[in-house]
Amino acid sequence: MTDVLTPSFVTTVIALGITAAVPLLYASLGEIFAESSGVLNVGLEGMMLSGAFAGFVVTLETRELLLGLLAGGVAGALVSLLMVLFCIRLGLDQIVIGIGIVLAAEGATSLLYTTWFVGSRPRLPAIDELAVPILSELPVVGGSLFTQPLAVYVGLGLVVVCGWVLRRTTIGLNVRAAGERPDSLDAAGVSVVRVRTLAEVFCGALAGVGGAYLAIVQAGTFGAFVTGGVGFIAIVIAMLARGRVYWSILGALLFGMSLSIATALQLVGIAIPTDFVFMLPFISIIVVLILFARQARLPSALGLPYHRGSR
Amino acid sequence: MTALATTADALPAPASSPRRASRWATSLALTLIPVGLALVACGVILAGLGVDPIAFYRDMVTASVVRTSGLYDSIARMAPILLISCGLIVVFRANLWNLGMDGQYLLAAAFVAGLGPWLMTQVPVIVGWIVLSLVAMAIGAAWTIIPAWLKSRFGINEIVTTLMMSFIGVGLAVVLVKGPFDGPGGTPQTDVLPPEAMLADIPGTNVHIGVIVALLVCLITYLVFARTSFGTRLDVLGANPRAAVHLGIDVTRLIIVAFLISGALIGLAAAVDIQGIFAYMRSDWNPSYGLAVVPLVFLARLNALAIIPFAAFFSLLSIGGLYATRRADLPSDFGLLFTGLMLLFMVGIQYLYDRRSRARDSVVRRTRRSAEDD
Repeated sequence: MTDVLTPSFVTTVIALGITAAVPLLYASLGEIFAESSGVLNVGLEGMMLSGAFAGFVVTLETRELLLGLLAGGVAGALVSLLMVLFCIRLGLDQIVIGIGIVLAAEGATSLLYTTWFVGSRPRLPAIDELAVPILSELPVVGGSLFTQPLAVYVGLGLVVVCGWVLRRTTIGLNVRAAGERPDSLDAAGVSVVRVRTLAEVFCGALAGVGGAYLAIVQAGTFGAFVTGGVGFIAIVIAMLARGRVYWSILGALLFGMSLSIATALQLVGIAIPTDFVFMLPFISIIVVLILFARQARLPSALGLPYHRGSR
Repeated sequence: MTALATTADALPAPASSPRRASRWATSLALTLIPVGLALVACGVILAGLGVDPIAFYRDMVTASVVRTSGLYDSIARMAPILLISCGLIVVFRANLWNLGMDGQYLLAAAFVAGLGPWLMTQVPVIVGWIVLSLVAMAIGAAWTIIPAWLKSRFGINEIVTTLMMSFIGVGLAVVLVKGPFDGPGGTPQTDVLPPEAMLADIPGTNVHIGVIVALLVCLITYLVFARTSFGTRLDVLGANPRAAVHLGIDVTRLIIVAFLISGALIGLAAAVDIQGIFAYMRSDWNPSYGLAVVPLVFLARLNALAIIPFAAFFSLLSIGGLYATRRADLPSDFGLLFTGLMLLFMVGIQYLYDRRSRARDSVVRRTRRSAEDD
């Protein structure tokens, strides 16, 4: 094994790991916000998938990564409006609606992709051409660690900002109150519906950006079910995070690295069946859940619609 | 989570016969309207894609009902749908979410297809059917143990754990089919069950007896909830976990038992499917009934007998849809869009209905809600 641990191998693991971690980082960060406000956003996968498709199409047309990511965010936010309408406004069951959103998004994106790109199956240019020049030219130690696209740095910055907002500002207090004690928040004169709506749309937008990044940068193309369960992993990470946003970095990296180590091992000639690679992140999440089961906790009003004056 | 409160409202309650008749009419309307709306919405989408929706739906019905072979296929397809539905009803009524059906199903299918051809040469066919079905049920049930344990012991949300286990199960099934269960020949696939070892047909048809088994399981599930204390305990747990504890119900044990039954029924669905229809398993094969069955279960309002017409409708949709989408050059994932829309319409219609009837029983409702909140 010693000859495997060459610098180039480590570099590959880190580079691939970070690329795989970014979609998860965005999505789980959004989900933390939604869950803190009391909305269990099961439709996250559907929002990522919609974002992935929108991002792919826009990037293909414009050749602009940033426009693609933006389009992904808009698409994710639009899909999250379904959650807002059905679950937050009308107070319908969040899980049923979430499943409906996942199914409809899977069907719709697959259908649109096949109709629009049937036969051609276009690929996007490699992301290197789209990387932000200033940052990628920084002189660095550790090779690939700092030649990441802008989205990585924006993501890390967002974690810091979101952590600050959630812990130290009135907005964050309102969001957490909406998840823990919606009635108290209402009594304090703040609309629970409005706080949850904002948190949910923010979550949808982040999930959409994450999905767009996954399609544009990580996969380089779109395909049916391209997100492959990443949205659900993000929900687990958000649950384990218990509102602490920095955990999303940890969780995203855990997932990203477990994927990239296997891929990198294949690159240096150690064959691991790809099916096993596919399972690895899910196994690591289950192991983490078993080890840290006591720590996973959800806001007390999570999943419960708020009806004013229902007590 | 008072997830199933709306569905519990719609369950048939003892009432005088005119009220019962109007209840039936209401249930029927609440069911047919979303299906109709989904058909219309998908028709509009099809038209937008340049496909004639009328011809599409006609193709669908022709392929799945009018042709005799299609009709037999549709009926046979009902078997796994019904069994998975019953598996879901058992947990959903307890307000537990087993969304790991795909993993439980595929892993069980891999074992049946992997062990079946060998086992059938060792024992009489009938013994083989029973043993393989029991193996599949054990595998399906085993795959729910970790989520059930995490849920009952630590209250970890079972939605995500079952989904994670599902992804692992699907991957493991592929590894098994490519590895230990790989038969001779280039493509990674299991040996094929010989024709004489396949489940027998119902006399006079081309439909295997697994459908009868599935219908029996539906009847038994219905009776368990209608007639036994076990069913009532599951319903109590679903309606109000705290009340369940106060009633002296061993909630931890009940959760685990419910999950084991759910997984076992889903495993049985795989056993019936492999032994009745497919005879072998390729590594890239995955019918992924999974999330698509969920809307049916809710449309049937978690009633194991009411699921039968929906399973028939869904079978028609999937057998006919496969043919119609192929003729229209569309991906078969079109069915997912349909089921997703159906689910959204269903919940929306239910909401409109509830709001109308809210004034009528607002006192009851308010009492119940405050009981849940305390």
